[in-house]
Amino acid sequence: MAAENTGFYVLEEEHHETGSATLLGFWIYLMSDALIFATLFATFGVLRTSFAGGPSPREIFELPLVALNTGILLVSSITYGFAMIAMQDGKLGGTRAWLAITGLLGAAFVGVELYEFASLIHEGATPQTSAFLSAFFTLVATHGLHVTFGIIWLVVMLVQLQQRGLHAENRRRLMCLSMFWHFLDVVWIGVFTFVYLLGVVA
Amino acid sequence: MSAAAPHAPLSRRVYLIGFLLSVALTAIPFWLAMTGALDKPATIFAIVGCAVIQILVHTVCFLHVNTTSESGWTLMAYVFTAVLVLIVITGSMWIMYHLNANMMPMTAMDGSS
Repeated sequence: MAAENTGFYVLEEEHHETGSATLLGFWIYLMSDALIFATLFATFGVLRTSFAGGPSPREIFELPLVALNTGILLVSSITYGFAMIAMQDGKLGGTRAWLAITGLLGAAFVGVELYEFASLIHEGATPQTSAFLSAFFTLVATHGLHVTFGIIWLVVMLVQLQQRGLHAENRRRLMCLSMFWHFLDVVWIGVFTFVYLLGVVA
Repeated sequence: MSAAAPHAPLSRRVYLIGFLLSVALTAIPFWLAMTGALDKPATIFAIVGCAVIQILVHTVCFLHVNTTSESGWTLMAYVFTAVLVLIVITGSMWIMYHLNANMMPMTAMDGSS
């Protein structure tokens, strides 16, 4: 029978659920986004000691501030997880409340990051100062920009939920945003480890 | 209700385990970097080790990547991407480090932009 064929094909057609293709497609997008961050990390890794007479990481990075931001983003990950569980239980109110908390935490993260950038530039550590700072601002700001767009998406979803509730399309969108949000937290692990901590230690 | 839920049911427990592990794996490297409790090579090793473990924790507990999600294609894409990321980063740093070392014998390791 089928086993005698040399070609490969799936014997049992799998059950495809609604929105499955979208979720996999979005996952592929995130993986390509990971490659963008990989090139930025590689650039930073190459240029991390090119100070050009400017300040070194140890002189300008404030770890307590980075720890605060890391904590904010980490808590926002678990609150988004709670939103997904509320969605799974069909609780519209709970979903919206947890999403709103997640959005506020995201906004706090971006706020702290902008404060950090502002104080760096105020101290004279601008992107033009050295290759190290150019690479630093490019990498960290690209992540911050992603978080900003995640917040915009989140606000749009809150409006959608208010108007149309937890229908299948909105569930699918929230799952995509969930992947996006957790993915950004994974990228941030790389940022705080390789940019801030190793910058100060090494 | 399960119409758009191709993943296994989410559990609060998995999220909480992931969160607690992440808190520990974040606190340890920050503590090491801020106090300098270990010597430099050990600190670097520990910090990088915590980051790798934490990325895996997030991938499993928050992103729900496993061998069954989307018939294994999410895991396949993830592993493929991880290999590419490692090649891009280590390859770039390896090549550029040697270029730097060979091209600029005069200016020590000061480097310029």
